[in-house]
Amino acid sequence: MFRTVAELVELADNEQLSISEIMIRQEMDVKEKTREEVLDEMESNLQVMEKAIEDGLKGVQSTTGLTGGDAVLIQKYMKEKTPLSGPVMMDAVSKAMGTNEVNAAMGIICATPTAGSAGCVPGALFAVKDQLNATREQMIRFLFTAGAFGMVVANNAFISGAAGGCQAEVGSAGAMASAAIVEMAGGTPQQSAEAFAITLKNMLGLVCDPVAGLVEVPCVKRNALGSSQAIVSADMALAGVVSRIPCDEVIGAMYRIGRQMPSSLRETGEGGLADTPTGRLLKEKIFGMSI
Amino acid sequence: MWSFMKYNSVFDIIGPVMVGPSSSHTAGAARIGLAARNLFGEEPKWAKIHLYESFAKTYRGHGTDFALAGGLLGFATDDPRMSKALDIAKQRGINIEYIEDSASSDHPNTARLIIGNDEESLELVGISIGGGKVEITELNGFALRLSGNHPAILIMHSDRFGAIASVTRILAKYEINIGHMEVNRKDVGKEALMVIEVDQNVEDFILEELKNAEHIISIAKIVS
Repeated sequence: MFRTVAELVELADNEQLSISEIMIRQEMDVKEKTREEVLDEMESNLQVMEKAIEDGLKGVQSTTGLTGGDAVLIQKYMKEKTPLSGPVMMDAVSKAMGTNEVNAAMGIICATPTAGSAGCVPGALFAVKDQLNATREQMIRFLFTAGAFGMVVANNAFISGAAGGCQAEVGSAGAMASAAIVEMAGGTPQQSAEAFAITLKNMLGLVCDPVAGLVEVPCVKRNALGSSQAIVSADMALAGVVSRIPCDEVIGAMYRIGRQMPSSLRETGEGGLADTPTGRLLKEKIFGMSI
Repeated sequence: MWSFMKYNSVFDIIGPVMVGPSSSHTAGAARIGLAARNLFGEEPKWAKIHLYESFAKTYRGHGTDFALAGGLLGFATDDPRMSKALDIAKQRGINIEYIEDSASSDHPNTARLIIGNDEESLELVGISIGGGKVEITELNGFALRLSGNHPAILIMHSDRFGAIASVTRILAKYEINIGHMEVNRKDVGKEALMVIEVDQNVEDFILEELKNAEHIISIAKIVS
C-alpha cells in the first residue's frame, strides 16, 4: 500500500508495473474483490462520464441561467476555424465544460475527485484518447492512475473547496489528469509524478469563491483550463522536464496554504469573485427568484 | 492498517456517480441524511437540521437542503428523484426545518440532524469531508468516529458489567471479526454506546440475537 507519491512510484518501479496496475491490485486487496469486479465498476463510471460529455456537447442550461451552452460554442468554433491552441486542447476544454455544465444543471456526473471539479479528468481523457489511439482498457486504466494520485492528496491534504480552496479541487483534478495522460502516452511512473507536481504547483493558492455559492461561476471555466493545463504539464513531463520541488512536498505546500486560507475564500460564496459588484448583483437576482 | 486512511478505495476518488452540483454539499449531504435514516431504523416524520459554516452559507445553491431530505427518504446519491426530494418529502408528510446555525464547528461542512416520529427521536452530527465522503462524529450526544469504510454495528446499552461480553460472545460464535471497537458512556451506570466496525456484513438474525442480549437497549447497522 502507498501513502505518498514517492511510495507509489517506488512500488511501480520495484514491481515493474504501471501505476494503474498498482491501483487495481490494491483495490482488489482492500475491497476483497476480483479484478473483473473492480474493472467493471470503473467501466460503469467511465460510461457516466461519456454520457455527461455527450449531454454537455448537445447543450444544457442550469436553472439559474448562469452556465450552459459554452461547450456547444467551442465545438462549433472548432468546426469552423483551426483553434490557436490546437484541436486536442480545445476538445478537452469543451468536454470539461460540458461535464461541468451538466453538473451545474443537476444532471448525473461522476465526481473526480469532486463534483465541482468533475470536468478536468474526463475532459482530458476524452480529448487525448483519439490522438493516442487508446483502447477501452487504457481509458479505464487512465481513471485508476488518476485515482491513485487523488487518493494520496485526499489522505495527506484535502480535496474539498470548503476545506482547502479550489487548489484542492480543480488543482487536484487537473494534476490527477496530468499524471494519467503521461501513463496513457507511454511515460514512466516518475514522469506521471512530475506532471502531477507541475500542474499542482501552478494551482497553488487558487481560492474557492463561487458566485452566489453556486457551482457555476467560475467553476465551469476553471475546469476547462484545468484540463488544458493537464495536457501541457503532461507534455512537459514527457519531454523530460522535472519539478524542482518533489510531488509530495507540493501536496504538503497545498495543504498548508489551504489551512491558511480564510473561510471567506473556502466555498462560502463570501469573498473573491463572489464579492465583486457583478457577483453580488447576480446573487441578488438569483435568490430573488425562487430556486 | 486500512482503517487509518480516510480514503481507502479508488472509487472514493473516481466517484461517486451522483446528481450534481457538489460532492461535499449534495452527495455527502445525501449520505449523512441516509445514515440518520438507517440509524433511526425507519422514515422519520420530522427533521430539524442545523447547518454550519460552508453548509449554512451555500446550502440553497448547492442543493444541500434537498440532498439531506433525499437521504432521509432513503435515496442513493445518483437517484434521479434527488432534486425533487423536498417536494416528495412534503407529499409523504415529512416536516423538515433547516436552521442556519452561526455557531462555529470543527469542520466547515457540518450538519446536525435531529429526526424523529411521535414516539422517539435521534440526534446525529455528520461532516462531509470531500468527494462525497462523510463521517458521523456524534450520535445522541456520544462522540464517535465512523469512517464508513467498513460495516459497523452501533449498540446502545446500559453501562453494566457483562454488556460488552454478551455482545462479543455472540459475534465470536458467528465468527465475525472485529476491526475496531469503541465504548462511550455519559455517566457511570447510565446509557452507553458501543461502536463496532467489522470486516464483513452482519446478517439480520445475528442483529436480532444481539438485540435480545443482556443490557442491550437498541441496535443499528451501517453498511459501508
